[in-house]
Amino acid sequence: MSEPLLSVRDLRVSYQVGRNFVHAVDGASFDIPRGSITGLVGESGCGKTTVARALTRVIAENAAITGGQILFDGKDLAKIPEKDMNALRWRDIAFIPQSAMNSLDPVYTVEYQLDEVLRRRGGLNRKQSRARSEELFEMVGIDANRLTDYPHQFSGGMRQRVAIALALALDPKLIIADEPVTALDVIVQRQILDQLKELQTRLGVSVILVTHDISVVAYICDRTVVMYAGKVAESGTMQAALTAPSHPYTMGLRNAFPDLQGAAAGILTPIEGAPPNLASPPAGCRFKPRCPFALDICGTEPPIVEVAPGHPVLCHRANESAALRIEAARTETWMAPA
Amino acid sequence: MDGPGMNPATEKNVNKKPDILVSVFDAKLHYAVGGAFAAMRGKSTVVKAVDGVSFDIRRGESVGLLGESGCGKTSMGRLLLKLEEKTGGTIHFDGEEIGAVRGSGLKKFRSKAQLIFQNPFDAINPRFTIRQTLAEPLENADIPRREREARIITALELVKLPEPAQFLDRYPHHLSGGQLQRVVMARALILQPEFVVADEPVSMLDVSVRAGVLNVFRDVRDRLGLTAIYISHDLALVRYVCERTIVMYLGRIMEDGPTEDIVREPLHPYTKALVAAVPVPNPDQSHEPLPIGRGAPDPRNPPSGCVFRDRCPAAHARCAAEVPQPKPVGTRTVACHLY
Repeated sequence: MSEPLLSVRDLRVSYQVGRNFVHAVDGASFDIPRGSITGLVGESGCGKTTVARALTRVIAENAAITGGQILFDGKDLAKIPEKDMNALRWRDIAFIPQSAMNSLDPVYTVEYQLDEVLRRRGGLNRKQSRARSEELFEMVGIDANRLTDYPHQFSGGMRQRVAIALALALDPKLIIADEPVTALDVIVQRQILDQLKELQTRLGVSVILVTHDISVVAYICDRTVVMYAGKVAESGTMQAALTAPSHPYTMGLRNAFPDLQGAAAGILTPIEGAPPNLASPPAGCRFKPRCPFALDICGTEPPIVEVAPGHPVLCHRANESAALRIEAARTETWMAPA
Repeated sequence: MDGPGMNPATEKNVNKKPDILVSVFDAKLHYAVGGAFAAMRGKSTVVKAVDGVSFDIRRGESVGLLGESGCGKTSMGRLLLKLEEKTGGTIHFDGEEIGAVRGSGLKKFRSKAQLIFQNPFDAINPRFTIRQTLAEPLENADIPRREREARIITALELVKLPEPAQFLDRYPHHLSGGQLQRVVMARALILQPEFVVADEPVSMLDVSVRAGVLNVFRDVRDRLGLTAIYISHDLALVRYVCERTIVMYLGRIMEDGPTEDIVREPLHPYTKALVAAVPVPNPDQSHEPLPIGRGAPDPRNPPSGCVFRDRCPAAHARCAAEVPQPKPVGTRTVACHLY
């Protein structure tokens, strides 16, 4: 495997809330290979959006990157001066925020907003900018006549296409999309995902897709990074994570999803309890209070175990994962956690 | 586990009442939009949120109302509960037309037909304790004070909140989303309704807790013999809780039938696209393009004839000229000129 495009090592991001520090991301490590789509999945509050934002260093005022490295193209984005970081944004790393409505300015036409990026950041002249805007609209499947429309004149799905066009404007190497299809209906969602995948393959760009929806990840991603309570529970290829999940949390998630292809009579199995409060996380493994396989040793910090090449798992019992998977498939296993 | 008054279905309706609990015929909900200025310029339009919808719901049946945003599923649910006044057609609940129900009759109807809200964080007054939240409907229904505490505990047990007594004096912000949605459910059930409309009750919850709330919903429904409408855009969820599904598009019913049949072999071209679009947690799924045109349904400006025809791959001349009427096809009803 060639050098990854992005390599995150032991990343830590903390928020200051009053006098307390909430360690929203507490030692996250993963790689993003070139030309891949990686799904960053987890529940609300697991730190996935904070990780995504930390990669561009656009984080809340009360937040700070307190440790670790973000290696991108030989530079450590966690350390480089703000001026250099700013030069990278949009040109090398583009961000599609959670709601396209929020990323577009309602008082300017879409063309104006594309033009601003293309000319101010990309250094294009007026004519080049116009041509590039038309090309971008064609790429995302919108008629170029609509460049002069305002954001409110587009439907939700179209706005998301515009947001994708904006992200692609300067040919970035990496696009970070934060829940790009969450607010959309299932048919539009599918069409946007197809478009994103097609463009990603054609342009060879890498994409990080932040989402809570494992089905969306399964549909479009090559790789996945599963986060739980500020840590990466496991990461690997899509195939490995779904057919051979090795962290008990991923195994549990697999049971909690309704599956339209599955048997009708199947019963969904919830993971009892709720994710921990990150202001005072449990000692040792953060999934311990909800884990049916927890042992005494889980009260200590779990190791990162490479269960297969390129498939690290944060679990004391990672080496037993094949046996645990069989246990985890049974509903009773999850009824009364130890 | 059965508390006082919470009788299982078997005892409750011993076939004395008619089989149909809710009967909807040609229901319409039209809004005038655009306001005064648009009217002055002759530009005001009518949005037909629900436009000529008919169906019956049997006692004890669970029906999913499925569709994309703007299809009228939530409006339909609100019509059924008389939270919105219909602008046409009839809706009978337990043999009685609900349009005319007023005063004490309305109060009685409200205790029999309840709504489970979508967002538990919005549905509960943050300044009420859980006890106050659950006492309010009992107060409105004139349940004597001394009975209330027991009813509250029973309702919380019903939705499987462990050790309910410990929650009574807590405020909503002390509870997790999953716990709060159970409280919302308990509040809807505390007056022992016959009929509940659940409007996307788990869409705000994380996946790991979603399954728990869905299981409680199924369990409570079966134990109380409830008749239920489950409104959702997610066919996989509807399939998990409802034996029958009604698919809506731009205010009309496209297809109505047993959920399993619809999932296995959708008939209406819209349902076909909808079923194909649902992502599944399996990396080897089909990536075929969807059999549907681009764009989004526009409730302000629906096409003539069949409202789906501008996105339909099978549309022909007749679809523009004539509104397809619902036709029985096997186990189902389908509104499409192909059948």
